[in-house]
Amino acid sequence: MEIYMLLGFVLILSIYLGLELISKVPSTLHTPLMSGANAISGIALVGALVLSTDTNLQGAIAFLAVLFASINVFGGYLVTNRMLKMFKKK
Amino acid sequence: MGIFNDITAIQNIIYIVASILFISGIKMLGKEDTAVKGNFLSALAMFIAVSVTVVDVVNPVVLISGIALGAIIGSTIALKVKMTSIPEMVALFNGFGGLATFLIAWSEFNSIPDNLFQHILVMTTLYIGGVTFTGSLVAYAKLAEKIKIAKTSIITKFFTTIFYISLAFLLYSVFVTPAIVPTFDFFTILLVLTLLGGIGFVLPIGGGDMPVVISLLNSFSGIAAAFAGLLLLNNVLIVAGSLVGASGLILTVIMAKAMNRSISNILFVGYASSSSKSSSSEDQGEVSPISVSDAYLILESASSVLIIPGYGMAVAQAQHVVRELGELLEENGTEVKYGIHPVAGRMPGHMNVLLAEANVPYDVLAEPDDINPIMDSVDVAVVIGANDVVNPSATEEPGSPIYGMPIIEVHNAKTVFVLKRSMSAGFAGVQNPLFFKQNTRMLFGDAKESIGGLVSEFKD
Repeated sequence: MEIYMLLGFVLILSIYLGLELISKVPSTLHTPLMSGANAISGIALVGALVLSTDTNLQGAIAFLAVLFASINVFGGYLVTNRMLKMFKKK
Repeated sequence: MGIFNDITAIQNIIYIVASILFISGIKMLGKEDTAVKGNFLSALAMFIAVSVTVVDVVNPVVLISGIALGAIIGSTIALKVKMTSIPEMVALFNGFGGLATFLIAWSEFNSIPDNLFQHILVMTTLYIGGVTFTGSLVAYAKLAEKIKIAKTSIITKFFTTIFYISLAFLLYSVFVTPAIVPTFDFFTILLVLTLLGGIGFVLPIGGGDMPVVISLLNSFSGIAAAFAGLLLLNNVLIVAGSLVGASGLILTVIMAKAMNRSISNILFVGYASSSSKSSSSEDQGEVSPISVSDAYLILESASSVLIIPGYGMAVAQAQHVVRELGELLEENGTEVKYGIHPVAGRMPGHMNVLLAEANVPYDVLAEPDDINPIMDSVDVAVVIGANDVVNPSATEEPGSPIYGMPIIEVHNAKTVFVLKRSMSAGFAGVQNPLFFKQNTRMLFGDAKESIGGLVSEFKD
């Protein structure tokens, strides 16, 4: 149980940190921020990589999880980058 | 040297490095000057975290080929997609992230959770991930205009009902199944109900409320990843997931505030049932149409012009001609600004992306708070396909469903041009008294053609 308390603590602190860091984002960046954050949620890829592949079903689930998380990661970062490159100052 | 012989210990240390890079990355992503670098840092963090995990995976061939295939698909979509389709692309990628966490939870269930807490985490992660997945797919289909199902249709009602049933079944799975082991395969039922429930979560929500839903789904995908991190005891998943959860939440709140509505009202009520017969049905008078050539004459003598784009500009794909008009006006000595309402369009910042694509510099884009105090010095306000965000009922008519919503107060400008196809009401279904004001001129027709007409008048 102790490990969950500790990790729960990390969770709460990270959410608080996130709220503090991004609270004053200019509206110009709303879409890129969302798309960039979306790419970060592809971190599920790290979780997908450690799944068990003992049975055929488990192997298939792990493969699909890796596949979709990785589409999320690559697609997300590239789209965000393309978008940000368009924003120009006068 | 003890702990450094242990691969998990080394991984955990490197995960901390990645977490710090994620934190700096998302911080920099929130400022114009550093945003590109921030996105790069966060990608670097992802690369580090994934690389250090890949070194000791059990089944490298299968899993690495999964990454490779995902990289090809993801990159192809990202590089080929048109900038105008960004909203639906973000929704789609978001859904895939949700699907990944859904699958992680499923796999962990099959590996049999050790304790009650893990059991609860499996069910919750599965549910949030699954709802994010199918919910995002529906959002994608709605944004790409692949489905058009009315809020009142029987299909919508069916899926909405399934959504509530799925919530109840989640509670059952979390709290009852550990104590009273069911004789049926409750988990398969939960899998199916979760996926169908996600459809029901997003289906009844209308197009104009999409910015809120997209932000919320974005937040969900982060929270699901963070929960998966708790389940797998993985700190980088928790940190990165929480950051996404927080940023999505902030955007959700900003969007809801910009509509002066509560999040639950947007998700579960919608405009349709909240609007009573409040909008004044008294005679609003006649609208005054204007022709392109007359509009040109007024614009030509104006010294300051404010352009207010809305979803109509996106539909008409008019952003490039709008930029051209803006440049011609500036050459003519007119000061040109753009008034951007936070919820204009179908996703947060939708107008900003479209105008950036058309090469409009971001420092001429103004938010309502900046532009409203100086509105009476604006000679001509040009409203392009926006409606509710410039509706004066929000400030003048306490009975109106949109009363209290912050708007761009174009009615205080000297002259207002409204570019519109017809006299239909906006998304909120509220009549707009702006059209009947003394200083308003209606320029009917397709926005792209009307603006194009003005552009060629200037060139002649």
